[in-house]
Amino acid sequence: MERQLILRGLLAGGAGGLVAFVFARIFAEPQIQAAIDYESGRSAAQQTLDKAAGLPVEAAEPDLFSRTLQANVGIGLGMILFGIAMGALFAVAYTICLGRVGKLRPRTLAMLVAVGGFLGIYFVPFLKYPANPPAIGHEETIHDRGNLYLLMVFCSLVLLVGAVALGKRLTPRLGNWNATLLAIAAYVVVIGVLMAVLPSLGQLAANVQEYGRHATETPLPLTDDKGTIVYPGFDADRLYAFRLYSVGAQVLLWGVIGLVFGLLADRLLRPRTATPVASTV
Amino acid sequence: MSNLSAQTTVPTTTSTTIVLPVSKAVLWLVGTAVLALLAYYFIGVDQGAYSIFGKDMHIHEFVHDARHFLGFPCH
Ligand SMILES: [Zn+2]
Repeated sequence: MERQLILRGLLAGGAGGLVAFVFARIFAEPQIQAAIDYESGRSAAQQTLDKAAGLPVEAAEPDLFSRTLQANVGIGLGMILFGIAMGALFAVAYTICLGRVGKLRPRTLAMLVAVGGFLGIYFVPFLKYPANPPAIGHEETIHDRGNLYLLMVFCSLVLLVGAVALGKRLTPRLGNWNATLLAIAAYVVVIGVLMAVLPSLGQLAANVQEYGRHATETPLPLTDDKGTIVYPGFDADRLYAFRLYSVGAQVLLWGVIGLVFGLLADRLLRPRTATPVASTV
Repeated sequence: MSNLSAQTTVPTTTSTTIVLPVSKAVLWLVGTAVLALLAYYFIGVDQGAYSIFGKDMHIHEFVHDARHFLGFPCH
C-alpha cells in the first residue's frame, strides 16, 4: 500500500510541477529577465563610476548556460523535479496521516495535506523571507540568508505538525471546532514570535555595515559621490509581481498535487470500502 | 480490511484500520523522504548557501530561475 501511495505522490508531484512550470514560463520569466537586465544595467553604471574614481574594474564572468536554456529548460527541470520531490514528501505525510488524524475521506485528507505542504514548506517561510528575483541579494550574506530560510522552513513544518497534534489532543475535550481554532491560534502565536525574533535580511551585520539599516537587500538607487542618482533602485512593482507569481505557482503546484493525488488515492482506497463493512469486524 | 473513504458515522475502530504496520512501510517512507529532501537540497540549496562539490556552479546555474521563483535565496 505505501508503495502505491508513494508512486501516486510522484505522479501528482510531476503533474503539479509541470503546471507550475507552464505558469512560470508565462508569468515569471518576463519578470526574471527584466530583473537580470536591471542587474546588468546597474553593474554597468557601477563600473562607469568606478572607472571615473580610478578603481579597478572587474570583468564579468561568462555564463555557464545561455539565458534561453535557463529560461526554458532549466526552469522547467527545476520546477518539475521540485514538484516530484514535494509529491514524494506529500505521499509520505499522507501515508502517515491516513487513519491517524480523524475520520477523513481520502480526497479531503489529500487537500488538507496539500494545504499543509503549501503553508509549511513555502508560504509561512515566504512571509518572513519572501522570494526574490535576480538582482536582489548580496553575495556575502548568502550563507546567513540560506540558513535563516531553511530554519524558517524547518520551524514552520515542525510547528505545523505540533499544531495538528495539539488539535487532535484537544478535540475530545473541546470538540473539533474549538480544538482546531485553538491549534491554529497557538501556531500563529508561536510562529509570529519566531518571525519577530529572527533578523530581517537587511539587518544582517554585513548589510548594516555596508549599506546601513534597511529591512531588505532590495537594491537602492545608485548614486555618485555627489549623491546624484545615476541608476534607479529596484522597481517595486516588478518585485511585487514576481512575488505574487511565486505564490501563484506554489498554489498551483500544491493544488494540483492535492487534486491529482486525491483522485488517485480515492480510486486506490475505495474498492476496499465497497466490500461489506462486516468483513472488517 | 479497510474503511477509508468511510462516512463520518463509521466508528473510529474501522476507519483506522489502514494505519500502516511499521518495519516495511517505515523503510519505504523514510527512504522516500530522504530522496525527496536530497532533491530539495540540490535544487534549492547546494551551490548557494552550501556546496558539497566545491566551487562548481552547474546545478545552480541550470535551475537558477526555478531556484529564485521557488523562494530559495539564490546567490
Ligand atoms: Zn540567482
